[in-house]
Amino acid sequence: MNPPEILKSGVSGPAKVQSPEANRPRHLLSIAELSSDDIIRLLDSARSFAEVSKRPVKKVPALRGKTIVNMFIEPSTRTRMSFELAAKRLSADVVSFTPSGSSLSKGESLKDTAKTIVAMGVDAVVIRHSSAGAPKLLTEWVDCSVINAGDGMHEHPTQALLDLFTMRERLGRLEGLKVAIVGDIDHSRVARSNILALNKVGARVLLVAPRSLLPDRVEEMGVEVTGSIDEALRWCDVLYLLRIQLERVSESRFPSLREYTLQYGLTQTRWSRLKRKPLVMHPGPMNRGVEIASVVADEVEPVITGQVAAGVAVRMAVLYELLGGST
Amino acid sequence: MNANNLNMRDRNILIKKGRIYTPEEGISSERDVLIQEGIIRRIDKGIKPGKAYVLDAQDCIISPGFVDMHVHFREPGMEYKEDIGSGSCAAVSGGYVAVFCMPNTDPPIDNASVAEYVYDRGVDEGLCMVLPHGAITQGRIGKALAPMGEMGSCRAMVRGFSDDGSTVTDSEIMRRAMEYAKTMDSLIISHCEDVSLNAGGQMNEGFYSTLLGLRGIPPEAEEIGVFRDICLAEKTDAELHVAHVSTAKTVKLLREAKKRGLKVTCEATPHHFTLDDSYLVSYDTNLKVNPPLRSRADVEAILAGLSDGTIDVISTDHAPHALHEKETEFDRAEFGMVGLETCLALVVTVLVENGVFSLEQALEKMTLAPSRIMRLERFGYKPEITEGTPANITVFNSDLEWVVDPLRFRSRSKNSPFGGWKVKGKVIHTIFNGSIVLEDMQVSPAGD
Repeated sequence: MNPPEILKSGVSGPAKVQSPEANRPRHLLSIAELSSDDIIRLLDSARSFAEVSKRPVKKVPALRGKTIVNMFIEPSTRTRMSFELAAKRLSADVVSFTPSGSSLSKGESLKDTAKTIVAMGVDAVVIRHSSAGAPKLLTEWVDCSVINAGDGMHEHPTQALLDLFTMRERLGRLEGLKVAIVGDIDHSRVARSNILALNKVGARVLLVAPRSLLPDRVEEMGVEVTGSIDEALRWCDVLYLLRIQLERVSESRFPSLREYTLQYGLTQTRWSRLKRKPLVMHPGPMNRGVEIASVVADEVEPVITGQVAAGVAVRMAVLYELLGGST
Repeated sequence: MNANNLNMRDRNILIKKGRIYTPEEGISSERDVLIQEGIIRRIDKGIKPGKAYVLDAQDCIISPGFVDMHVHFREPGMEYKEDIGSGSCAAVSGGYVAVFCMPNTDPPIDNASVAEYVYDRGVDEGLCMVLPHGAITQGRIGKALAPMGEMGSCRAMVRGFSDDGSTVTDSEIMRRAMEYAKTMDSLIISHCEDVSLNAGGQMNEGFYSTLLGLRGIPPEAEEIGVFRDICLAEKTDAELHVAHVSTAKTVKLLREAKKRGLKVTCEATPHHFTLDDSYLVSYDTNLKVNPPLRSRADVEAILAGLSDGTIDVISTDHAPHALHEKETEFDRAEFGMVGLETCLALVVTVLVENGVFSLEQALEKMTLAPSRIMRLERFGYKPEITEGTPANITVFNSDLEWVVDPLRFRSRSKNSPFGGWKVKGKVIHTIFNGSIVLEDMQVSPAGD
């Protein structure tokens, strides 16, 4: 069927010759599909966007006229706000979709919901979902860019990018950096994305957890594993703590929060004993008194809030890379 | 049977110029097969057609009709996925003349009425034998034994009992089920799984589940179940058939059990000998099956088990699901894939072409072995092409290349991960009980 004349006139002008490749929307689904060059380029770009957030007028017109939908099927505060601010600072229009009270809560499928939203003329969907692979499936259903803001236990690529950004800004390099990731690796999309990203840029990764919190054959992802946080503390340049959830106790992953803190917590005793203190990072929200003692948390707080600030810059870089420059 | 069907049966059929496979003698040189009144009357070279209807079998193999011990036809209760009509069409398109339906229907096949309903619906459709397996326990909930004796003596003559889809978790109930089944001369078909080990599991536990962040189903969940059931079969001297073998250790356990002389048989599906868990990186929900696609090492072990005879039977575990049950988040999608219309092609392409074993060995696992385990002679089926045998025949071309297109499946459901695969081997004609039910790859309504 031909479009009505009135619409045709809107696209008058010289015919553009573009390959189908060039027209295809671009996505950020995982760190796994990025090259180390891609990662470094995004980090470099984020550095220039970080400067925008420090201006009195925190806005550039890079994505003016673009529409971005935040589709957070799983609750989130910081990632969602971070994406929203990133989009707004690039002058894009942002719409938020929440599942409660929506067609999804009435039993509509994700496919139908997404198609409906995208039919309204959307350039990108930022999706957070409790099901691994949901962003990937979305790319088969909709004709716009898809950005993974965390899918189940799979990946959280922008989190890894902001973590690498923070490490690079604070320590001046990534290659050869020794990073220990402590905690519930099995359930952590943050850990998976960080392992992949750190490997790609030439950092070394040590996982610190009891075997019951590690996924099967995780060593094949190119990491080393230890059961001792004290060993890790002696070795690492960066200590990356993951959030521990009480429900893992009922799954028999470890005996109790108290036992976890004794074995794997960054306690005041462990911290004060250290002569050379590593950079301590946490994706938030922290469980003070569980994976990190409150006093230590206060001491390392500038780094952790620095991660949050980096999040906006990194997400600006991602949105700009996927949506910018095409008009 | 309607009047047309009887006319059809009366019609004489001459299958021209095919090579005949029989389990006894392998594959012959070119022959013609003359069928009169439903019975194979003459096998020779250059038979004159006379008034007989001629089916061309040039470049084809004439085999005893295929038998599938493990399908889900969803009737009664889930006809939107498949029913006995659409399932029968899929079956004969894949060369099957007899299929055994698992009892996880709604209501389940746990009594003679439902068993006879399924059996009679198959007769009504008239395309192939649709035979029910019965549930081991009432309601398939693992609490109390279902009436195996009554189901065994009803019209459907149920011999196989399975709670497939679920496992009988209580070992005491499984023990008593085996003892009772032995007395009734029945077969226990076990879906072996320690469900406590795979809570929420979506795919094989291994490197790929770690990479993809999907909850894993460890191979041990199956192996513990297999080991328990082998122990119980040894204790009770019951006949045990292990459904859909998926792991290397399961193959090993079964190999050892057979060496000890237990009455144990087992099956593998085309997807478990074709695909490993690395395919899951696409998050294609059509790859979501239970038991899950395992590692490459497990696939190799299954191929070895097929080759050395540990694995007796190739079954499809044909499990239709509607589009909306698969076009969804991976962890919300249903388990299962359809298989009737791609089985032969995968057997030829993956097993025969790759030299795992000969076409003859493969055909034995789709004809002789399942018919012997299920005692199909009770229904007039014999896994042979010999004079005087009822004509249940599959004619296929093992060299014909084609591209799988699930939209062209006769099954009501299209949940196959093999769409776009270039494969070799296609069923051309199927003859059931002397009637042509598939001619030139087209299903003929019974009696045409």
